[in-house]
This record gives sequence, structure tokens and C-alpha cells, in this order.
Amino acid sequence: MAEENQALKEFTEKEYEYGWSIDIETDQLPKGLSEETVRAISFKKNEPEWLLEWRLKAFRYWLTLVEPEWAHVKYPKIDFQDIIYYSAPKKKVELGSLDEVDADMLETFKKLGISLEEQKRLMNVAGSNVAVDAVFDSVSVKTTFQETLRDKGIIFCSFSEAVQSHPELIKKYLGSVVPYTDNYYSALNSAVFSDGSFCFIPKGVRCPMELSTYFRINAMNTGQFERTLVVADEDSYCSYLEGCTAPQRDENQLHAAVVELVSMKGAEIKYSTVQNWYPGDKNGKGGIYNFVTKRGICAGAYSKISWTQVETGSAVTWKYPSCILKGDNSIGEFYSVAVTNNYQQADTGTKMIHLGKNTKSTIISKGISAGHSNNSYRGLVKIGKNATNARNFSQCDSLLLSSTSGAHTFPYIECGNKTAKVEHEATTSKVGEDQIFYCNQRGLDTEQAIGLIVNGYCKEVLNKLPMEFAVEAQKLLAVSLEGSVG
Amino acid sequence: MSLLTIKNLKARVEEKDILKGFNLTVNPGEVHAIMGPNGSGKSTLASVLAGNPNYEVTDGEVDFDGKDLLEMAPEERAREGLFLAFQYPIEIPGVSNVNFMKSAVAEVRKHRGLEPFDAKEFLAFMKEKKELVELSGSLAGRAVNEGFSGGEKKRNEIFQMAMLNPKLAILDETDSGLDIDALRIVASGVNKLRSKDNAFIIITHYQRLLDYIVPDFVHVLYNGKIVRSGTKELALELEEKGYDWIKEELAEA
Ligand SMILES: Nc1ncnc2c1ncn2[C@@H]1O[C@H](COP(=O)(O)OP(=O)(O)OP(=O)(O)O)[C@@H](O)[C@H]1O
Ligand SMILES: [Mg+2]
Repeated sequence: MAEENQALKEFTEKEYEYGWSIDIETDQLPKGLSEETVRAISFKKNEPEWLLEWRLKAFRYWLTLVEPEWAHVKYPKIDFQDIIYYSAPKKKVELGSLDEVDADMLETFKKLGISLEEQKRLMNVAGSNVAVDAVFDSVSVKTTFQETLRDKGIIFCSFSEAVQSHPELIKKYLGSVVPYTDNYYSALNSAVFSDGSFCFIPKGVRCPMELSTYFRINAMNTGQFERTLVVADEDSYCSYLEGCTAPQRDENQLHAAVVELVSMKGAEIKYSTVQNWYPGDKNGKGGIYNFVTKRGICAGAYSKISWTQVETGSAVTWKYPSCILKGDNSIGEFYSVAVTNNYQQADTGTKMIHLGKNTKSTIISKGISAGHSNNSYRGLVKIGKNATNARNFSQCDSLLLSSTSGAHTFPYIECGNKTAKVEHEATTSKVGEDQIFYCNQRGLDTEQAIGLIVNGYCKEVLNKLPMEFAVEAQKLLAVSLEGSVG
Repeated sequence: MSLLTIKNLKARVEEKDILKGFNLTVNPGEVHAIMGPNGSGKSTLASVLAGNPNYEVTDGEVDFDGKDLLEMAPEERAREGLFLAFQYPIEIPGVSNVNFMKSAVAEVRKHRGLEPFDAKEFLAFMKEKKELVELSGSLAGRAVNEGFSGGEKKRNEIFQMAMLNPKLAILDETDSGLDIDALRIVASGVNKLRSKDNAFIIITHYQRLLDYIVPDFVHVLYNGKIVRSGTKELALELEEKGYDWIKEELAEA
């Protein structure tokens, strides 16, 4: 028994593989947050007056708020004056040929283990099938396949670029799903966001490739506040993937993003995340605070939004990708795998707000906790009074890999319509020693065994990822859990 | 040289002594049947040989093909060619049999210095082994043992054994739960895999299996020790008379 535990322990103690940073000359604002900071960011980005005004309103509102404490996570108070709010690589990289890309930057992409596939695609522009926008610290550095997309009328570019080239769309949709008044971090983000991605799919168009963004925090003491906005016009479709990594640093770094999705009548948005921010070391030192607001609105009838997330990184995660099901017969889905190890804490889940008739939502959540970590599912299913025949099915499973880890489930249901049907199922299990031994007996070591068992456990969710990323997600799961059961 | 030599093996579980000085030698090419009343320690023996960490070895030596078996981690024992068909096979939800076997076969081949199969070779290899034990395609595609019937699980164990081609296979009551046809299929699979280089230890309660897989030796395990050894006639005698006469003889001695 003792030996087994030892093996399991070793398995989960593997270290973060993406913990490097690169010296790229950066153009930074000094640390600190004030109206001046907000103005400076807006100025650097050459923003229109209305956007600066919006940022300032958000900032002033933020000043009136106190940091929320309801989540099941603990972390020291964040000093918002000790953060750099804008950091951009000095060399602006334009798209087109790879030769123009800064060699260090390319090296960075190479080191983003998770983007190896992307790397290949970047190298071989012709054969590729994924359009990538990479957000490096605060600015977006590369968007591939602009032209292929432009032919279809699809807009996919950095947020700052969209502000310049499509201000009317930004003005119309920015803050329409997540207003700056929504919560503490969305207010902060609205004030200081530096870049992100924007995507617009016109009526009736099926986006022919995966759209993908990579986020990377590189510079020291920077916060990353990116803003993503995806609008799918009537009867259109797109699949969007975001991946994230950060260097290994002793201090904690803040990441507070806002993602807004708008799905019009008959449209579908599939949004997948593979989140691998630096989780901190074995003793819980360092790591990213990941406080993200993600929300989509199914604005039209028969529209659909599907969130799939594989969360293995960050020291503290606080994140609830949600759907507002406004259109009749609209569908919201949430598929999540959240893995925590060592001293990581995750409080994640979703909100499904049913407003339209015959709206349907599905929630599948798999929480896996190892080491001394804490993993909570928090979900709200709300059925509005006009949501006749609304349906929800929720399944929340927790898997414990150690006796020192915790799994918690906080499901909230508010039902305002008698015809609605809401089902909730939850299970908690431990990885069976007998399962591990069975695998051992077939020649697999304990590390491989846990990898297999966990992947099997998450299969329902992994199956929802775009094919080319499912394999990487599987590897990531195995790596994150190295050293864990006891 | 013998394949397996067990000397004075003592083992306990949960502070309780189960094996109390067990001796056995198995040579390549041999089939040994182990019989004995419920709770006598048969599965414990199988678990100890396979390296189940819940069982503590307190004394004795086990040599497996010239190596100290007790020094090895369970997965090393498997890679060295020791296979256990579990009395109660474990379910691994969501992991397909095909993937499971692909990983396992790759490990075993690596250990033997063989190149991994490519996808095509693997499928051909698997097809051949599936036919050997008449495992249906749908079972092979499903998650490992998940929702399998008792008999299907047993047959899946034999399929895995065929895939891994062990030097020594321990079959712990693989016959229980099998219908008559399945019993014949499993037995004929085992017979086809028998060679002069490998050996089998077959744990069973019933003579019936031994009609199909004819053992070279039959041993009776009682109270943690082998108390009688013989040839296949001993199994017939047990079938007829039960264990009481052995227990009585032991009591008198
Ligand atoms: N994990 C365990 N915890 C406690 N007792 C155990 C454990 N495993 C085995 N035992 C006990 O050890 C003894 C031998 O069990 P074992 O399973 O080896 O018997 P067996 O000969 O295989 O029996 P059967 O014919 O019923 O399969 C039994 O008394 C059993 O209750
Ligand atoms: Mg038994």
C-alpha cells in the first residue's frame, strides 16, 4: 500500500512544462492603476473617444466595488497598484510571411507546447486549417488566414484592430452581454483591457476552419486583461478555441478576461478552451489568478452556444461560462473538465438562464482533484417565468485522487415556470486502487494508469473538443496529474 | 530451468496470515491446476504473485524466469511475462478496450525490445486474437469491462492474455460464470496458446474445465498451503468426494 502511494505521489509531482519567459523588448506602462493608466492605454491604442469614455465609466464604477469573496477559494489580497496594465512587444509584427516574425517570438510559439500543432500550421500556411491570433502579454501579434476568411466575409482579427476597422460592430456589441457593471473583474477588465480577439461571422456562413487564439503572459508583474467578442449572425456557425500558458514565476499574476458571445437566430457558436496557465509550484507558490467572465447570449430562436473547457492550470480559477437562452428553442451547453493538483483552487461552473420557450441546456462537469487542491463546481440553472417547457440536465462528477484534496458541488436552481424540467445528478468517487492495479497488471505503470483512467473519466467532455485539440488535451490531463493519488 | 519457483511463501492481508508456507515449482510447458475450498488462499496467491500492494509478503522467495519476482513492481512483472486473469475483472469506464490493449501491448513489446506495432499491424494482430477467443467486435470496441456480463468479462481476460502472450498465465476461476459454449471457446483458446515455452496456473473449483484443459498437475490448497498434489485423477476424486476427506486426514496427522 505504501509503495503504491509513493508511486502515485511521484506521478502527480511533475512540474509545469511551460515555465519559461523570453526577453522580448517591451513597451510598458509603469505599474499602477488610475484614470491616467486608463487614458494611457486608450491613447496608446489610438482609440475613439466613446471607447475611452466607456473605459472611464467602467473604471469609476470599479472604484465603488469591493472584491468578491463568495467563491470557495482563498488567496492573499491583490495589490492592484503593483500590476503593469500594459505591456507590448516593441516590434509590431504584421501578418503574411513567417519570415517577418520576430525570431524570439517564434521561439515563444515553439515553446508553447500546447500550440505545437499551431506551430506547424503557422509554418505551413497553405495546408493549414486553423486561423490563429496570439495574444502575447497585452497585444495581439499575429492573425493568420485573414484572406481566406475575408473571402467568406468573416472578420477575425485582434480586438484593437477591430476597434479601428469595424468600430460600429464593436460599439454595438461591446458590453452587450457582459456589461461593465456585471462584476468586479468585468469592471476592471472593461477599464484596462489591452487586446483580445474579435470575430464576426456573417449571415448564413459556416466558418470553414477553427478560429483559435493563444494567450500568453510573458512579462513580469503584468496582468492580462483580454477581451474576446464573437458574433455569429443569423444561421452562421463557428468553432473557436483558446489556449493559454504563462511563465513560471514566484509571484502571482492576475488574469481577468472577458469573453462575450452573441448567437443570432439559427446560429451556433462552439467555444472551446484549453487553459494551462502556470498553476504555481508544488508548495503553492506563484501561479496565475484566473478570474474570468465568459458569457454568451442565444439572442435568436433556434440559436446555440456550446462551451467546452479543459482547465488544468492557474493557482486560483474563478470562472463560470454562461448562456442566456433568450431566443425560443435555443440551446446552451457546458462541458467542463477541471483538474486541480498540489495547492490549486478552482471554483468553476456555469449559469444557464432560460428566458425563451422550449429552451434546453445541458451541463456536464468533471472535477478532478489531487494533492492538496480544492475543486468546486458552482452552477445556476434559472428558469424565467416565460420559459415554458424549458429543460435542463446537469451531471456533476468529482473524482478524488488524494485524501487531502477536496471536491465540492454548489448547484443552485431557480425555477419560475411550472412546465420546466430540471434534472441534476452528482457523483463523487475516488480513483480505485484496484483499477490502477489492474492496469499495472497489464504492464502499464501507475502514471500511465492514472492518465488512462482520468481520460476515460472525462471522455464525454473531451469528445466535444475539436479533434485536433482533443489529443493535446488528453496529454495535458496526464501531465497535470503527475504525482497525485494517496 | 524452471519458470516459477515458489519457496515457503507467507503472506498476509489486513493483519491476517493467509499463505502459510507455500511451495510450488512450475516448468515451461506445464499446466498446474490449483483447487481448494473457498477462502483457502487461492486468489491471495494469485494477487501476491502479481504484486497487488494490498498483500504483504512476510517470508519466502519467488523466482520467476531467473529473476526475483518479489523485488519487481507489478507492471514489471507483467512486462516480464506474468499475466493474471482476475477472478473479478475491473471496469475502467470510458477507456476503450482497443486503447487499453494498444497501450499495454506497446509496453510489453518495448520491454521485449520490439518495435511498437503501427496502427494497421495492431488492428490485424487484434483481429487474429479476437478470433482465437471468439470475442465479438462490439465488446472489443467498448470500454474495458464496463457493463460487461460476468461471462463477457472472463472472456475479455482471455482475450487480453492472448494479446499479451505471457510466459506464465494465472487464471483465477476464469471458468466460473461462463456458459457451456463459452467454456469450450475459452478452453480451446488456452489450448491454442499452450506451448513448450509457456505455462499456466489454473485456479478452479470444477473438474469440468480440466476436461478441456488437461493439467499436468493438480494441487489442493488448504489453509494457506498445498496439502496434496497429484495428476488429473486427483481432480476427479475431489469432484466425487469433496474436501472433507482431506481435511480429516490432516486433522488425524
Ligand atoms: N483484502 C482483503 N481483506 C481482508 N481479508 C481478505 C482480503 N483478501 C482476502 N482476504 C481473506 O483471505 C482469505 C483467503 O481469500 P482468497 O480470496 O485468497 O480465497 P480463495 O481461495 O480465492 O477463495 P474462493 O474460492 O472463494 O475464491 C479469505 O478468508 C478472505 O476473506
Ligand atoms: Mg478466489
